[in-house]
Parts: sequence; structure tokens; C-alpha cells
Amino acid sequence: MFPEFGQFSLILAWLFSFLLAVLPLVGLKLKNESLLRTAPALAWGMFFFLVVSFGILMNAFLTDDFSVYLVSQHSNSALPWYFKMSATWANHEGSMLLWILMLGGWTVAVTVFARTLNFELKGAVLGVLGLIAFAFLMFILFTSNPFERFLPISPVDGSDLNPLLQDIGLIIHPPTLYMGYVGFSVAFAFAVAALLTGRFDASWVRWSRPWTNVAWAFLTLGIALGSWWAYYELGWGGWWFWDPVENASFMPWLIGTALIHSQAVTEKRNLFKSWSVLLAIFAFSFSLLGTFLVRSGVLTSVHSFAADPERGLFILVILALTIGGSLTLYALNAGKIKTNGQFELVSRESFILMNNILLVVIAFAVLFGTLLPLFADAFGWRKLSVGAPFFNLAFNLLMVVLLCFIAVGQLMRWKKDQLKNWTGFLLAIAAGAIVIALVLPWTLSGELHWQIWLGLSLVFWTAASLIRLVMDKTRHSKSFLAGVRKAGVGFWGMWIAHLGLLVSTTGVVLVSNLDIERDFRMTAGDEVVLENYRFEFESIGKVQGPNYVADQGVINVYRNDKAVAVLNPEKRFYPVKNNVMTEAGIDGNLFRDLYVSLAEPLDDERQVWSIRLQVKPFIRWLWFGAVLMAIGGTLSITDKRYRSTKKGATA
Amino acid sequence: MKIKPLLIIPLIVVLMIFSVFGYALLSGVNPKAVPSALTGDPLPDFKLSRLEDSKKFLTVSDLVGEPMLVNIWATWCASCKYEHPVLNSLAAQGVKIIGINYKDDRAAALTWLSEYANPYSIDIFDPNGDLGFDLGVTGAPETFFVDSSGEVRYRFQGPITDVNWQNKLKAIFDEMA
Repeated sequence: MFPEFGQFSLILAWLFSFLLAVLPLVGLKLKNESLLRTAPALAWGMFFFLVVSFGILMNAFLTDDFSVYLVSQHSNSALPWYFKMSATWANHEGSMLLWILMLGGWTVAVTVFARTLNFELKGAVLGVLGLIAFAFLMFILFTSNPFERFLPISPVDGSDLNPLLQDIGLIIHPPTLYMGYVGFSVAFAFAVAALLTGRFDASWVRWSRPWTNVAWAFLTLGIALGSWWAYYELGWGGWWFWDPVENASFMPWLIGTALIHSQAVTEKRNLFKSWSVLLAIFAFSFSLLGTFLVRSGVLTSVHSFAADPERGLFILVILALTIGGSLTLYALNAGKIKTNGQFELVSRESFILMNNILLVVIAFAVLFGTLLPLFADAFGWRKLSVGAPFFNLAFNLLMVVLLCFIAVGQLMRWKKDQLKNWTGFLLAIAAGAIVIALVLPWTLSGELHWQIWLGLSLVFWTAASLIRLVMDKTRHSKSFLAGVRKAGVGFWGMWIAHLGLLVSTTGVVLVSNLDIERDFRMTAGDEVVLENYRFEFESIGKVQGPNYVADQGVINVYRNDKAVAVLNPEKRFYPVKNNVMTEAGIDGNLFRDLYVSLAEPLDDERQVWSIRLQVKPFIRWLWFGAVLMAIGGTLSITDKRYRSTKKGATA
Repeated sequence: MKIKPLLIIPLIVVLMIFSVFGYALLSGVNPKAVPSALTGDPLPDFKLSRLEDSKKFLTVSDLVGEPMLVNIWATWCASCKYEHPVLNSLAAQGVKIIGINYKDDRAAALTWLSEYANPYSIDIFDPNGDLGFDLGVTGAPETFFVDSSGEVRYRFQGPITDVNWQNKLKAIFDEMA
């Protein structure tokens, strides 16, 4: 298949996106129904040509077409097929194409799942999505054409994919993350459409809630995958670095979390409407900002494998128009939103409001820390960067407050509740949590950390409150199971997501305070004792991989003289680009990871190595928690409330 | 139309952030020419072995005394190979060049130097990139212009060529002398 067909399809997709952006929105202005009704067909047209274009690019990678510049730069004939496939998006041009492909996917998903949505709102939503697609397709076509050729003399072989990116994590991490980033475009489009049409009734929130949840679930998984990938692939056992690119994905997540809660209030209580619209705009704005930060190279980071000021400026203009435009619209039209209904200070609404404020404050604190180096540079101050201590302090402090609120807030009734009904119970479980959080880790590990005490107290406290929630829900039912069923998937989605947060928090608290990390100089036959584990360096030898050679160590681990694991850390050498990679040897279970990496050969002849040994308690909880959160977020959308809307609207 | 002032705040905040972005991009806070965090500061302290001898350790005091170039290089770095003959000819002209062998393999580095000649009066072996980290190195090759007091005066990223040396870098170096 000729790559030029791919580019041609991309141009066709761009034309479709142009029509999709123009026709329905003009139709909205002119109150012309037939123009509004063109939107679904145009969305399908755009998506079709995006799929063709992306397919041709992937095919070029799979068939080693090194006449395509992008393929020659990022692939190699010795790569296994699945890395050739993932190489498609392991570069700037391809990842932008994937981004836009997903936008196309979300757009047609709206036409499929919102079949019964009122045509006016639907046309407006699709039109807004078309506008975004139009801008980004223009960006790809003018500044980052993936189909550029290397003619007439094309190289015989490609210069290989960065070995860091040759990994299962890279096959799934970027697509998942992008699904989340781009998914917020739907919530954004619904918000802008509401501003355009002036219809702020409860139905637009009900329509946009499931999309927010799914996007948020993808983003949660994407971030967790990224953290997991960094953990085992970078070879140093770190799982979060407050790197600008990690922050770029974390900020939309925080805002998205706020949005989920605020939309819940808007749907159930018809409150916080203006706030939900604003958060929807912000969630997508932060996604775009993330794209901008990564793609422009404004902040240098290990992640930006292609950074270019010209591209940066282009994205900045897109960003300014999208965000500036939507916020102008907001400033003009949000005043028309009528709010009726009230709530007392002690009510679920006010706790969700506090949760929202905290999450937004955290997001802006992260934004501040991420952008400060840039501002400092622009204004010619001294080189200034805040680093992990700032993030940790700000984040942990605010998270402690947030966790305090969750335990109380999730028990509260809508509209009005009495604090005195709860004080006894809350104090009792708080006292229990504080005692258990002190005694349990102390007896198990023999160490006393106030951070663990504080963190686990909050976790146990909130867990007790979650259990109470279940008891209250099931108390009046005939059996426990009947009660579980009666509570509804919406409730269980919330419950599981909150549980996930607790699981993750437990992981973070324990691994940050109890992990052990030491470097040793070892040669075959040496032994080292770390905590209860004895690491025996058995041997080291050469192994041959498909496109690398590696020194592979064999390390036996014993606990109380019982063998628990054999670890095979590797130091890989990729000859095509002369890259060296550290591949850690990891043995993991629910309660701890043993992590061994070969740092440095100290003496080649005698095979002496500098070896890093780590014991990481509860680290997997971090990611399990994220999986639970994602499950919770997805579960809520199966609520029959969203299906009955469809039927109701058809009737 | 009546607009509530409260509702304009998000727009204003965002516009302010964008003007800084735009200013940063246009005024050339070019990420590819990161001003060294060190310009004007003394060379950072270190204790690392000589490339030629793993038991012989060097510190910052072994280096300073006269104007010099501190060049970050490695055998895995393709542009370093390209830059190497230029460094050789500079060394022949009497320019003092200190090498920092960055995240490299000692044996490979020594083979390289014996094959392509050695422009470095002293070569420091920095296998973990510790010194490179303290210098704020983003990649190889990279060259720091250090004056006789040991202060970093200029940082150059990318390979030195005959052309950019004549056009720009020579003047910076001569100024330090």
C-alpha cells in the first residue's frame, strides 16, 4: 500500500472534519434541522479515513517500508512484529495520528450511543468535536506529516526503536492514556454544546456523565500503566517522579475526578451546573495542555522524544483558540444558567463541593510546580525548579484533608443531614483506626513512622465508613444479597472507586516509608543480607535476544533459608543505536516486590558488578487500587438510569 | 448583555498563562539551547576515577588553573565521533580539553581513544553520569567553557565543528584567556 494513500486519506479526513465543524454549527445558528442532521454521517466519513490513514502507517511499520522517513527513524527489521506495531505510536507524528484517530473514535461513539439524543444537542456536540479534529488534523498535515518519504535513496534498514520503548508497557500505555485524554473531549463538547444551545437541563449532564466516567477510567489506567512501566523498565524501581509529563497526565485526572463528583450533584440535585460546565472545559483544557507540554518541548523531559518550537507554537494557537473560545463562551452564557435548590452546610453537596475545591487546588498546585521553571526562564529569574519535595509536601498535605472529608462525606445525606447523628460513630471508628494503624504496622515491621500511622489511620477510618455504607444500604433488605442488588450499580461504582483510592493510598504510604534500597559490589558467589532476605549472586553470563545482547545475572533469594525467588536482571546492549538498557529482575507478590538491577560492571575480567537490591513492600497495591478505581468508574455507567433515558427519549 | 464578572475570571487566568507560553516560545526560551544552570558558577565537586586508571581518583582541584574546555563524550554517541577530529586539531593548537567519559564502558572508551587519537589532557570516567547530572548535561556531546578560576562561562550543546568554532566559540574561548 503506498504511503501516499495514507496522506491522501488524512487530507480527506481533514475535509470531512471541516464539514463536520461547519455544517452542524451553522445549522444550529440558522435553526436548520437538515444541516444539523448531517453530523453523524460526516463523523463516520472522518473516522473512516482516519482508520485508513492509520492502518496504512501501521502497515508501513509492519512491512518495514524504510522509504517512509518515520519508519526508517523509529523501526528496524530485527524488531519483533508487536514492537513494529507499537513503534507506530512511539514517535511524535504517529502518536499525534493515534490521538486524532481516537478523537474520531469517540466522535462516532457519540453518534452510536447517543442515537436518541435530541438532534440539536447532538449536532452541536459533534460539531464541536469536528472543530477539534479539524485543528489537530491541520497540525498534523502542516507540521508533522507521518508519511514523509526518504526518496530516491531509502536506507536498507531502520535506525531502531528506542530500547526503553521496546516493551509491552509501551504497547498499551500510550493508547490507554490517550483514550483518557481524548475522552474528555466528549464531556467538553457536551459542555460547549450546552453553552451554545442554552439548554442546561438535567438531561445534558445525564448524557455526558457516562462519557466522563469512561474517559476518567481510561486515564486512571493509563497513568497506572505509565507508573508501572517506569517502575520496571527504567530499572531503578521508582514509580512516580513528578516529571512534567506525568504531571501533564495527572492534572486532567484530578480535574476529571472533580468533574465526576460535580456532575453527580448536577444530575441528582440540579445544582453546581455552572461549575460542572467549567470543570468539563478545564478537564479537556488540561488534556490539551498536556499534549502541548509534551509535544512542544517547552519543558524538557525524558518523555518528549520529539520537541520542536514551531510545533509548540502551532499547538499553542490551537490551545488558545479552544480554551480561550470556550471560556469566552462560558463568560458570556454561563450567567443564563438558573440554579434552583438549596443545601445545608451539613450535606453531601457541601462535602462534594469541598472535595471539588481541594482537587482543583491540587491540580493548580501541580500546574504551578510544573510551569514555574518555564516562568522563571521567561522572566529571566534565576533558574528555578521546585522538584519533588514541593510536590510531595503540597500533595500529601491536601490529600490528608481530602481523605478526612471522604470518610464523612460519603455517609452524608443529600440536601440536609445532622452532624450529631454521626459524631458518635465517626469518633468511634476514628479511635479504632488510630489504634490499629499504630499497633498493626508496629508489630509487623518493628518500625514506627508517623507518616504510616497518619496514612493508615485515614485509610482504616475511611474503610470503616465504607463498611458502614454497605450496612446501611443492606439493612432493610431481606437478605444481604438482595440489599447488594437493590443498592444499584451507581452506588457500587462509587464504593469500588473509593475502595480503590484506599488501596492505592495504602500502597503509597507503605512503599514510600518502608522500602529498602542498597547498592552492593558483588561478584559471582557473593551474598548479601537485606532485612529478612538473603541475596546470593550465583553467576553472570551472556544471553542473546532478538535485537540485543545482554549480561544476565542469576540471583537466588532466600528468606529464613527457604528459596523464594530466582531473579534474572539484565544489562542489555542494543547494537543498532548503541543503546544500553537496564532490565531489572523482579519477583512480586501482593505484599512485597524484590527488585534487583545490574548497575555497572566494575571489573570486566573478574565479573564484578555494582548491583542494586531493593525490597518494596505493598508496591503493587498502588496499581491494584487504580484498577479498582477504573472498574468503579466504568461500572457506574451500566446503571439502568442511562439506558432508560434512551427509551424515554425515543418514546 | 450582562456578564457576571466572576465568570470572566477563568478566561483571564488562562489568557495570562497563555501569554507567558507565547512569550516563552517566541522570545526563544528554546529548549534546545537550555542556558546552563551553571553559567557563572564554579564547576561542581566530584570524585571520580581517571579513564586510564580505575584506582587513580580525581577531584575538581586537579583540573582548574587555566582556561579549558570540558567535553562530555561517549563511545555510544555518534556525533562525538564526528566531533572528535575537531577536538584533536584544537588540542594540537594548544587548547586544553578535559574529557568526561559519560555513561560509558571503560574498555570501549580506551579502545576508541587509541584508535582515533586522544585530544584530552585529562579524561574522567563518569559511568553513572553523576558529574554529568551535576553539570545539567542533557546528552552528548556537550562542551563547557571553564575559565582559569574554574568558573563555567559558557555551555555548548552538540558537536563542535570547524565552522561554529571559527564563527563563535573561538571568540568565547579567547575571551577567557
